[in-house]
Amino acid sequence: MFKSKKGALAIGAVAVSLVATMLTTVSASAAVNCDPYSGYKKMKGKTVTVFTSILEPELTTMKTAMKDFVACTGIKVKIEGSNQFEALLPVRVKGGNAPDLAFLPQPGLLVKMVATGKVVAPPAGTVANVNKYWSKSWKDLGTVKGKFYAAPLGSNMKSLVWYSPKQFKAAGYTVPKTWDEMTTLADKMAADGKIAFCGGLGSGGATGWPATDWVEQIVLREYGAKVYNDWVSHKVKFSDPKIKAAMQKVAGWMQNPKWVGNVKGIATTTFQDAGKGIPTGKCMMLQQASFYGNILGAEGATISSTGDAFAFYLPATNSKVSVPVVGGGEFTTAFAKRPEVQQVQNYLSSATFATSRVQLDHWVSANSGVPLAAYKDPIDRLAAEYLSNSKSTFGFDASDLMPAAVGAGAEWKEFTAWFGEGKSIDDVTKAIDAAWPAS
Amino acid sequence: MGAFLTDSLGKLSQVLVAIAIFSIVLLAIFGIAGRAKGKYQNKIAQIIFFGPAAFLLLVGLVVPAIQTIIFSFKDPDSVNFVGFANYKWMLIDPNIKTVMLNTILWILVVPLITTGIGLLLAVMLDRLKRESIPKSLIFMPMAISFVGASIIWKFVYDYAKDGYPQTGLLSNIVSLFGGTPQNWMLVKPLNTFLLMIIFIWVQTGFAMVILSAAIKAVPSDIVEASALDGASGWKLFKNITFPMVRGTFIVVLATMVVGALKLFDIVRTMTGGNFGTNVLANEMYSQVFVQFDQGKGSALAVALFISVSPILIYNIIHLRRERAQR
Repeated sequence: MFKSKKGALAIGAVAVSLVATMLTTVSASAAVNCDPYSGYKKMKGKTVTVFTSILEPELTTMKTAMKDFVACTGIKVKIEGSNQFEALLPVRVKGGNAPDLAFLPQPGLLVKMVATGKVVAPPAGTVANVNKYWSKSWKDLGTVKGKFYAAPLGSNMKSLVWYSPKQFKAAGYTVPKTWDEMTTLADKMAADGKIAFCGGLGSGGATGWPATDWVEQIVLREYGAKVYNDWVSHKVKFSDPKIKAAMQKVAGWMQNPKWVGNVKGIATTTFQDAGKGIPTGKCMMLQQASFYGNILGAEGATISSTGDAFAFYLPATNSKVSVPVVGGGEFTTAFAKRPEVQQVQNYLSSATFATSRVQLDHWVSANSGVPLAAYKDPIDRLAAEYLSNSKSTFGFDASDLMPAAVGAGAEWKEFTAWFGEGKSIDDVTKAIDAAWPAS
Repeated sequence: MGAFLTDSLGKLSQVLVAIAIFSIVLLAIFGIAGRAKGKYQNKIAQIIFFGPAAFLLLVGLVVPAIQTIIFSFKDPDSVNFVGFANYKWMLIDPNIKTVMLNTILWILVVPLITTGIGLLLAVMLDRLKRESIPKSLIFMPMAISFVGASIIWKFVYDYAKDGYPQTGLLSNIVSLFGGTPQNWMLVKPLNTFLLMIIFIWVQTGFAMVILSAAIKAVPSDIVEASALDGASGWKLFKNITFPMVRGTFIVVLATMVVGALKLFDIVRTMTGGNFGTNVLANEMYSQVFVQFDQGKGSALAVALFISVSPILIYNIIHLRRERAQR
């Protein structure tokens, strides 16, 4: 699921239908080294507005990362974050009140925005940055009908399993390197009377998305990028035996009462609460994206390879698929062509910005100009390691790429019913295929 | 913080200037209208009083309503016409069948119970010593938004899995009487009724206050006369009180029906429309703002609009008839 969820966590699931909008201004400060910004023109008094799904506290970190750029160029950057971003952006764009820049958390939304005719193609400097620092697969994700529109900004990795190094040590468990090692470990935990896997699908109106992640992990792991991408474009249907088999495998994993305890309870547990028992050993492992460290950290857990919580790479299931990684990211999209807007676009796509951002905390960039050593956060470094691995098979979050009627509708609903109401895989896949838009 | 302050001060002064200009314009118009004499006087007054309201109604209500109807015949992006495809989907889709059934259930159950309990409380508390205290307590949930109320009730319905201690009130009450705690939000069709309780909890106070005011308006000489004739208790209520407050009762009932039809917040907060609890307004929101399907969302909106209309029409007719009687 998309990055916007990441922002929502900080606030909590409480704000389901409350539109929590935060307005913050990046203001200039004195005495900074302006050498890295010598390529940018001074434009004092100009303001660029940015609209994003990123919320506090990450919004402040974002501002901090841009502080030097702001001080050196004099461009004011006004960042506005909303947990209703995906609902509000189309309204604002259609209403003629578009922001200068928006960070779109999914390529599907980019296609919608381009269709409105209001999206402005990026300047040459941004295109050059993207060509230099990002792989073709990332550039393709910001391309609509052969035309490049949006530069990648942040990215996140979903193929992680959260666990507690302290609890593992106390019980004498070791981090599994292969799928079989992981299932053997889970059996061992079950024999020890522990809940091996935590899980939660609850997420307000987006309830069900964690289950779409689990299925994506297995589809990519079992069949590789070709089938995965065909699945995204519906050339391979949900009712295809391959996808059904992948779902069977998910059922044997996250719906295995021996490992997860009360299966139906997963449907009513919020994804935020799901792994809160990890540091205390109430449950042992949780498959969740890199951002989950923020939630555990907010609960007071220390995130490190010897601390209360850490993550390991979700092992591959099929030796023919090399280093499968499912992830997501957001894309800087412009709705204005003013020079100051283009300068900010160039800056955001540069390695200078990415490096200054990852040095702060919790942020991963697939920008190859960022040295791994720059990462402050060990989880982010782990994620960046896999995202920048040239051998990895990368799959962008499928539910974000599918049409919203499926990826933000039927798939969430049906997978929730699959877990919560015990709906059969046959019925679930049939319903999702039926919801796929005809055109 | 400084930037925020100057920013808000700037906006505040803008607002004040706008209000001042608006008032001056209004004063000028009224001044001119006041000077108008003769045969135009009435017409000008009508235009001045009715004009702005009519304009705002047109822009804020009539135009969007027509636009929604047009959108309901178009594709998700409101570009091409698709005929009755969205309405066909509404009739065929099994999920929408659940949505419609639930909405009907809400309309049938919630208004009657809410207004019924409201009336019962109004009658029972009437002329009680210190009646304002229980009334205030019952009215209080009204001050909480549906989202807030839902979050409170989430704790009541909470279910802890895998042998952890139950913290939910409902689970504990059930255990007290020897039952087994359940994951309440998954139990169909009980979950829909559990959600209804939240609505009833919030709205009963409102029904009670309105009905109580109506009961207080019943002339005491009538009540005294009927008492002299030997009517009391149930007889008094059936033959005197209820007929006198019938009009108010129907208005409150109609308000509750409209409220139940439009209900969105509770379902969205509690279950997100999952586990067979979805209702029309929530599905409409999801279609437009989550799945970005303007067409289907608009078709649902039209369905909602059409189902609300008869109640509103009945309400208006009823009001007119009452006025005519006076």
